[in-house]
Amino acid sequence: MGMTIAEKILAAHAGKERVSPKEIVDAKIDYVMVNDVTGLPAFEVFEEFGTKPILEKSVLIQDHYVPNKDVASAEQAKSMREFAKRFGIPNHFDVGRGGVCHQIMIEEGFSAPGRLIVGADSHTCSYGALGALSTGIGSSEAASAMATGELWFRVPETQKFVVDGELGKHVMGKDIILHIIGDIGVSGSLYRSMEFYGSAIESLHLSDRITISNMAIEAGAKCGIIPPDDAVFDYLKNRVIGEYSPVYADEDAEYEDTFEYAASEIVPVVATPHLPENVTPASEIDVQIDQAYLGSCTNGRIEDLRAAAAVFKGASKSVHPDVRMIVVPASKSVFEQAMREGLIGIFMDADAYVSGPTCGACLGGYMGVLAEGERCISSTNRNFIGRMGHPNSEVYLANPAVVAASAITGRITDPEDLLEG
Amino acid sequence: MEKYIKGRVWRFSENVDTDQIIPAIYLVTGDRQELAKHAFENVRPDFARDVKEGDIIVAGPNFGSGSSREHAPRALLGAGIKCVVAPSFARIFYRNSINIGLPLVECDVDAADGDVLAIDFEDGKIVNTNTSAGYTFPSLPDFLVDLLDVGLIENTKRKLMRTG
Repeated sequence: MGMTIAEKILAAHAGKERVSPKEIVDAKIDYVMVNDVTGLPAFEVFEEFGTKPILEKSVLIQDHYVPNKDVASAEQAKSMREFAKRFGIPNHFDVGRGGVCHQIMIEEGFSAPGRLIVGADSHTCSYGALGALSTGIGSSEAASAMATGELWFRVPETQKFVVDGELGKHVMGKDIILHIIGDIGVSGSLYRSMEFYGSAIESLHLSDRITISNMAIEAGAKCGIIPPDDAVFDYLKNRVIGEYSPVYADEDAEYEDTFEYAASEIVPVVATPHLPENVTPASEIDVQIDQAYLGSCTNGRIEDLRAAAAVFKGASKSVHPDVRMIVVPASKSVFEQAMREGLIGIFMDADAYVSGPTCGACLGGYMGVLAEGERCISSTNRNFIGRMGHPNSEVYLANPAVVAASAITGRITDPEDLLEG
Repeated sequence: MEKYIKGRVWRFSENVDTDQIIPAIYLVTGDRQELAKHAFENVRPDFARDVKEGDIIVAGPNFGSGSSREHAPRALLGAGIKCVVAPSFARIFYRNSINIGLPLVECDVDAADGDVLAIDFEDGKIVNTNTSAGYTFPSLPDFLVDLLDVGLIENTKRKLMRTG
């Protein structure tokens, strides 16, 4: 019997010929990442080991609460700076030099096909879009991985998701993954590896694929892997650190389940409060909003900003007077590209507020926290109770074009309806 | 780790995410006691006030979903929670809990707030002492039993000793 992509990557990193689902293995990791929120507890645990971190494998990224939201978060960020300095860790991305951790892990060439990458952030699964097995871990084990270069893994069962056909206008990676989560539920892939196939997936640019892998965790998955192709190899040219070798599933690999979807049936959707599985076509609900948020590791890339800017340009309209729109490019480099392309100007002309990269608002930290009773249409990944602020506020998840269209009308809107009307 | 515990139940429903367990605005410390002050603040304000050392959480499927924050099991340990019982757990929460010494039991138990559960980890048995209903659960793989027992920190130290 052959192996799936996750099985092959784990076997290779555990020094084994083959592994089987449910087996627990010790595997060598290629990189371990922490952010400013998960970093501090990791550094405290690291002190216990009385050793030095493996410099070339450790990546420290300041993104959640930087620029510092308060004194406590300032102390937290400071602890990362000091840890990096003390041990001479070269890969420390501070304010003004990086951005949202997952975007940096991809832009800076840490992520590549066949790699095993862990990060103390649940959306570490994003790099599956490049054919890596990447997964979220906790702070203590991040410290352990920095010290030993290894970690224990339970080999996951793999589920296959096939999306075939041509995608409609304004349908993005976000809609594909929300459509799938709407079908299988928020624990539909619990402990599992998701593998994505089909002509619709192959037709996507890398950014949309990252959105899909990014939200694998919202179905409970360990990882969400897309077999790498030229879109990935081209992206990695002059970017990737070191060598890499792509890993593909065997033809006789064993899948626990196979789910098939027709791309033509996927439309721009929103996930209504308070679970990502509550998926409804954007055109079918009528909900007034107070805030529109465009950004995050899920949808804060240049392609996302282009999609939103195109809606503003196409409609020749500004943000509705009763709505504040917040645009947060996911990294310095996305911000710079958006400036070069004139996208920042389009947003500002439309009365949107544009800030430098931070995770802040996505998790209700700062830079866009919601008051009681307020509703936000958001390009982020979670709509849990109180996720972006007050426990009685609401988050509706959607793709960047739906966020922009909704910002214009003040109500959740399918961009197609906006442009027609 | 204790082989047998008895504790009062806090009942939660399905899909309890880590934002509910500890809201992100408090992720500015790793201290268990400090985090425990805000556990379940948005969804169950009485929890932090009334929780007692030795209490047990019984929940529906997919407990601990969402963020990777180890602050969630740390907050529960800080609050004195001795075990979480649920039909299934989100995987990062599961790892974090085992790594820092919070036992989790995968079992679908019928229990209400205030019921008293007796859990025998060695025999894999649970009894709800209020309803007398009994349940069994599969034991953890040896590797995880050992990890839960010694903790990830000690486990890592041993590994470092071995590899020099």
